[in-house]
Amino acid sequence: MSEVLATLTGVSKTYQKGKESVEVLHNLDIEIPKGDFIAIMGPSGSGKTTLLNLLGGLDKPTSGTVRVGDAEISSMSNNQLSRWRSTNIGFIFQFYNLLPVLTAQKNVELPLLLTNFGSAERAHRAGIALEIVGLEGRTDHYPRELSGGQEQRVAIARAIVSDPMLLLCDEPTGDLDRETAAEILGLLQILNREHGKTIVMVTHDAQAAEFANRTMICDKGTLEHQEAV
Amino acid sequence: MITIKQIIAVTLLNLRNLPQRFASSAVAVVGVAAVVLVFAAVLSMAAGLERTMLSAGSDNTAVIMRSGATSELNSGLSNEQTLIIGNAPGVLKDGDNAIMSAELYVITDVKKLSNQTDANVPFRGVQAGAFEVRDNIRISDGRMFEPGKNEIVVGRAAQQEFMGLNVGDTIRFGQTEWSIVGTFDAGGSVSESELWTDVRVLQNAYRRGNSFQSVRVRLESPDSIETLRQALDDDPRIDPDVMSERDYYSSQSQGLVQFIKLIGYPLTILMAIGAVFGALNSMYSSVSVRGKEIATLRALGFGPMAVLFSTVIESVLLALVGGLLGGLLAYLAFNGFTASTLNGQSFSQVVFDFAVTPELLMQGMKAALVIGVIGGFFPAIRAARLPVAQALREL
Amino acid sequence: MKYFGFIWRNVWRKKIRTSLTMLSVFVAFLLFALLSAIGYAFKSGEDAADAERLIVIDKITLINPLPFAYKNRIAATEGVHSVTHASWFGGYYQDPRSQFPQFPTEPYEYFAMYPELNMPEYQLDAWARNRQGAVIGRELAEQYSLKVGDRIPIQATIWTKADGGRTWEFDIEGIFETDDPRGSTAYLLFQYDYFEEARAFGKGTVGWYILRVKPGADPVQVANAIDLQFANSPNETETSTEAAFAQSFAKQFGNIAMIVSLILGAVFFTLLLVSGNTMSQSVRERISELAVLKTLGFSDRSVLGIVLAESIVIMLIGGLLGLGVGWVLVQGAAKAMGTFLPGMFLSPTATITAIAIMIGAGIAAGIFPAVKAMRLSIIDALARA
Repeated sequence: MSEVLATLTGVSKTYQKGKESVEVLHNLDIEIPKGDFIAIMGPSGSGKTTLLNLLGGLDKPTSGTVRVGDAEISSMSNNQLSRWRSTNIGFIFQFYNLLPVLTAQKNVELPLLLTNFGSAERAHRAGIALEIVGLEGRTDHYPRELSGGQEQRVAIARAIVSDPMLLLCDEPTGDLDRETAAEILGLLQILNREHGKTIVMVTHDAQAAEFANRTMICDKGTLEHQEAV
Repeated sequence: MITIKQIIAVTLLNLRNLPQRFASSAVAVVGVAAVVLVFAAVLSMAAGLERTMLSAGSDNTAVIMRSGATSELNSGLSNEQTLIIGNAPGVLKDGDNAIMSAELYVITDVKKLSNQTDANVPFRGVQAGAFEVRDNIRISDGRMFEPGKNEIVVGRAAQQEFMGLNVGDTIRFGQTEWSIVGTFDAGGSVSESELWTDVRVLQNAYRRGNSFQSVRVRLESPDSIETLRQALDDDPRIDPDVMSERDYYSSQSQGLVQFIKLIGYPLTILMAIGAVFGALNSMYSSVSVRGKEIATLRALGFGPMAVLFSTVIESVLLALVGGLLGGLLAYLAFNGFTASTLNGQSFSQVVFDFAVTPELLMQGMKAALVIGVIGGFFPAIRAARLPVAQALREL
Repeated sequence: MKYFGFIWRNVWRKKIRTSLTMLSVFVAFLLFALLSAIGYAFKSGEDAADAERLIVIDKITLINPLPFAYKNRIAATEGVHSVTHASWFGGYYQDPRSQFPQFPTEPYEYFAMYPELNMPEYQLDAWARNRQGAVIGRELAEQYSLKVGDRIPIQATIWTKADGGRTWEFDIEGIFETDDPRGSTAYLLFQYDYFEEARAFGKGTVGWYILRVKPGADPVQVANAIDLQFANSPNETETSTEAAFAQSFAKQFGNIAMIVSLILGAVFFTLLLVSGNTMSQSVRERISELAVLKTLGFSDRSVLGIVLAESIVIMLIGGLLGLGVGWVLVQGAAKAMGTFLPGMFLSPTATITAIAIMIGAGIAAGIFPAVKAMRLSIIDALARA
């Protein structure tokens, strides 16, 4: 039994929409083992993105606790969360969210600005990350000069460059064609199986979920297991 | 013509969604308003000064001073010399008497109403012909002083600007007391910054014996100044400078007015350049925000010229609004505002009104127009050239 | 700082917009440089003044002369160390429009009164020996290519000679310089004795007196004592420190400082609007990017700092360029308008003030968008995108 990386205990999340409160997550108890690759599926509005935000410290639960690694992040201040996030979490978004004013190389180096590494060290580490995602040749290109698939690779490189313990992906292949999507998902698999990264991926694409180890269904604020085939 | 209809249609469309681009449009308007405001302020100062100092100048009057004197203060004429001038050919006579006024002035100290600081004001002694040798002058309040008495009539502008110069007041200069018996209106000219009394009384009070500084005479006609000049030049008893009053005041006002213009014009041009940058900024952002909409229009068949013209028109309209705003503010804030400054020639204060004239406002609007055209032109070119397909992709 | 590259790229995100904004900043600070140089010129009389020298003028106006007889009475006043006098000659050399001042005075007394003026001893002696001698300042010598030994004719506009002529001729016996960085040397001094002897009228009078107070004496008390002596006489006096005198003279033109401030106020108000608008647009376009920075772990405060830094960089670049070009223009203007409005200069104080304004304006223009960026909720921002 591998050790547990993240635990949600009794977690509920309610939003205020005008006069109404909407309960998005209801009393969740989840454990995420280290080195796992989990796909979370479910209809929109089911709270799966909220779950991702809670795991990444972007949001706090209305009740319950969230524990990732050694940190109980649900009780940390915003500043503490920022600092924690920079070394522990890597985000990958559907629309890549690269900074258009920076080259691929500089985009990947961005999280390293928060560290004490000198510029040579930062360039070196970014170079390694770009190699891992298979993009060594195009490091000087700007996002607008790259294809969708290439941009996502840069985004992944950025997500892994500070060697985080947890990768959180929000519909990473939502904007890609079938072929490119398969490439990206394959890359995530490699990161999981060969580099030991724990990955939680939210998706509505059943084929994408097949790349993961197991799938959970998120519906009406609750989570149910569904074993991988 | 189809194009004009197109231009109007596109322009109206632009204007209709202007509220969406309110912030950057507002910035362009304010920029132009600021330029027109400063422009109007500086030029109205120059215009007001010029009006004050030049409006005194008549072609029918000659001012005679000692040769080489650059202003009355530096000049000196004896009583005998003033009589010679009065008898010279070219001088208009009323019966046997020349229409003339031999004058001298001294500098006195009064306090400004606005901040009680000391100011120097010309105190001029005049003869009976003083009102006749000048255009456009009359007693507007009280009465004229009586010869031989310590009585003063005050220029309208001086009365407004300085303390203690109201009809009925008494004022003390040095050892002597004077009573203010009237106010004179001289059509806004520089004379209105002065105090007048009987020249003999002034000579006495300031121990000037029987000396004068200048003589003003009415000419038979503007051309007779030549006759007068010739006659006086030929006379060995006198060494005069003979100038028309217009030329005299023109030379007096040169320095100050030129100085203000020297500073004012470059200042305004620089600000206008700044406003052009502001307008360009605004219009570029406007064009980029409207990119999708422009592409749609083009896809529908509107020509590039319609897009170009409508962009320039929008910029011009914004600039004109700014110009109106700035002009209005300038008018409300400055028009009629009285100020005084040092007249280097008379070494005393000259009082003038800021004159925000319609001509000035027109000039301001012209400047706004130019800023609007330049500010809209380059962005308009960009707007017209926007490749349709690319712009539609930015949906 | 390692963030600089990042900040720099963000600044140039939209090249045209940034360039135009910087150009507006450029113009604003160019104006600042020019206007502050003009203001400085109006103040230069005041700043060059010596605290221990007093000027005595006619109470009513500077241009009324004072009796020569006052000299001894002033000298005898308690607290007065030494006294001399000067007068305004007001003539011109060659061209009536480009005038420089000429002052008839007492040679040894004047140079004793103004120790900052330097001239070789032998030249001073030569001048004192030559009734028709004159000495000129270095600036004047250079401007008109004059040297010791030249004969210079001055045309009088006020002071005709007793013989009826208006040309006064002087032999240049010396050229003086000044230690005072703000003092001018664009004038001529000649002997009062010659002035008195040759002039047609006004004999027995001087333009004004200059005196030095004894060390330890209170200038205000001495000034009052002098004015009291001549109160209620036909020529009442007004004694003030050199600085006060220069100040009141400048004030006659109008409240120059206020006018300059008003104009600059309008200019900078507009500038803030333009830059503020640019920064707002810039932040608005980047909401999702700023949110991403936060997800990467950049703290709220660092995002605030980044936006403010961009705003300040724009101000500094445009502003320093504007000041630089302004400085060059001031040099040119000072030469062109030297006799007319001497002392145009962009002072170090003005430069430092300008830089402080650049930083302040950068903060002011960027603060609202920066706070908005700081307060950005990551989730809302990303959900919008």
